[in-house]
Amino acid sequence: MSADILSVHGVGKRFGAFVALKDISVSFPAGQLTAIIGPNGAGKSTFFNVISGAFPPSEGRVVFEGQDITGRAQHEFARTGIAKSFQITNVFKQLSAHENVRVAAQMRHSRFELLKPRRAMGELKDAADALLQRVGLGGLGDKRASDLAHGQQRALEIAMALAAEPRLLLMDEPTAGMSPEETTVMMDLITQIAEERTVVLVEHKMKLVMGICQHLVVLHHGELLAEGTPDEIRNNAEVKRVYLGH
Amino acid sequence: MTDWIAFVTRHRVGAVIAVLLVLPWVIPYEALAVNILIFGLYAVGFNLLFGYTGLLSFGHASFLGTGSYVAGMAIVHLALPWWAAIVLGVAGATLMGLLIGLLAIRTRGIYFSMVTLALGQIVYYAFYKAEPWTGGENGLRGVRVEKIHLFGFELDFVDPLTKYYVVLVFVAAALWFVSRVLASPFGAVIEAVRENEKRAAACGYDVARTKLLAFTLSAAVCGLAGTLRALHLSIVPIDSLHYLQSGQAVMMCLLGGMGTFFGPFVGAAVFLLLEDVVTHLTRYWMAVVGAIFMVFVLFFPRGIWGSILQWLNRAGAARGRA
Repeated sequence: MSADILSVHGVGKRFGAFVALKDISVSFPAGQLTAIIGPNGAGKSTFFNVISGAFPPSEGRVVFEGQDITGRAQHEFARTGIAKSFQITNVFKQLSAHENVRVAAQMRHSRFELLKPRRAMGELKDAADALLQRVGLGGLGDKRASDLAHGQQRALEIAMALAAEPRLLLMDEPTAGMSPEETTVMMDLITQIAEERTVVLVEHKMKLVMGICQHLVVLHHGELLAEGTPDEIRNNAEVKRVYLGH
Repeated sequence: MTDWIAFVTRHRVGAVIAVLLVLPWVIPYEALAVNILIFGLYAVGFNLLFGYTGLLSFGHASFLGTGSYVAGMAIVHLALPWWAAIVLGVAGATLMGLLIGLLAIRTRGIYFSMVTLALGQIVYYAFYKAEPWTGGENGLRGVRVEKIHLFGFELDFVDPLTKYYVVLVFVAAALWFVSRVLASPFGAVIEAVRENEKRAAACGYDVARTKLLAFTLSAAVCGLAGTLRALHLSIVPIDSLHYLQSGQAVMMCLLGGMGTFFGPFVGAAVFLLLEDVVTHLTRYWMAVVGAIFMVFVLFFPRGIWGSILQWLNRAGAARGRA
């Protein structure tokens, strides 16, 4: 049993009168690939936003590597070691693919330096080149991000998230809107990344993640329905009833 | 062709200075050339925020005006030397930028523009009402600088050409500074914020702090333009703080090409030349300049310099393929 890298305790989220998440307590084991699944409207995206720092929970605590990070600003999450990729592609559209990754990598080195030329920071250029290569965008660095195909932009997102060298990588439906071929490539990439660092991804399609993840968290109507290994989840009667529909 | 563009881009500050060195000989008269320098710098400072950080301020006259007034008051009321007036003017504008920035960056989009406009009006009326210090409606008169001592030389600041080159020294230094900032890691961050705030925050950048620093730097550069203007005109007109003055920065940037290094300078030069030529022909010069401005916004959204760059790049790419 490995230690937990991230855990949430009694997390709830309300939007006005609407309760999106209710009293969720769950842990994410370090070094494993965990998938958060659930039918539409289960609260997956809200939960993702809470653990990735987009907004704080209404109640409860989020603990990363033993420190309470509840309510910290988005940029502090990234600096703590949590990077994320968005469900809707979020890149710097007018900048080149290379610059997208380079600026993401730059965060660890320099944020408010005004007079140092960034040309002098060659290690960032190399890091960006290597990451582009890694996600299958080698040779496309000079292209503007907005000129890349949808699947390539998703890959670029992953490269940007990895550029921060996170210990925890969060991904919100990384294959959303992708063709079956692109999906296969993406799932391979995610499997590879998960060998090096802890990955938590939100996925709508359960089948897609069953084969590659070691741990599953099932949400339903904003509540934790079940968690466990793929086998445990497959045989869970509750999950079968609400999710698989039989 | 692309080699040539790359060369100019790499030595952009040198290129601008080279053009500016000969400018007074091709412009109808020197005072206009000095104006081009000053408003070129004002537009460059504004562009740092508008073109590179993506924040449209309608209150930048506050910084031009504060720079002018503080420098002017330092000379008129405190009898300080001209260089101390410049230092104080820039400091005053920077502080004003910090204050207005702190309030304005809490808002986004059109609200940001409206808040800067409103705060700009407050600054306008504050200076307007402080008549004993600022001269109120009549403006601050008597900002007299006749002799300037620079590196051991005594220069006659009344001589238009000498004045031009003295002002150019400061403008060149400011351009070098802006160019360095744009080429720095911070320069990459402001462009990232312009492109996508959410992603910039997820990358670990504090968006609010980045915007505030960009806002303050922009105000400082515009403030320097203001101090130079006070020395140039020997008077600080209350119009310096008027929202029309803020609007001019927007027009110059769009006309020349926002988000490019040379664009704002080109825009300022074209705007002032147009104004100079058209006022000789008709009192309604604003209508003519406005119409030209609209043609540009509608058909050349990249502005004069932005469009030229695009054509040159295309021509270069076509030749590369051939």
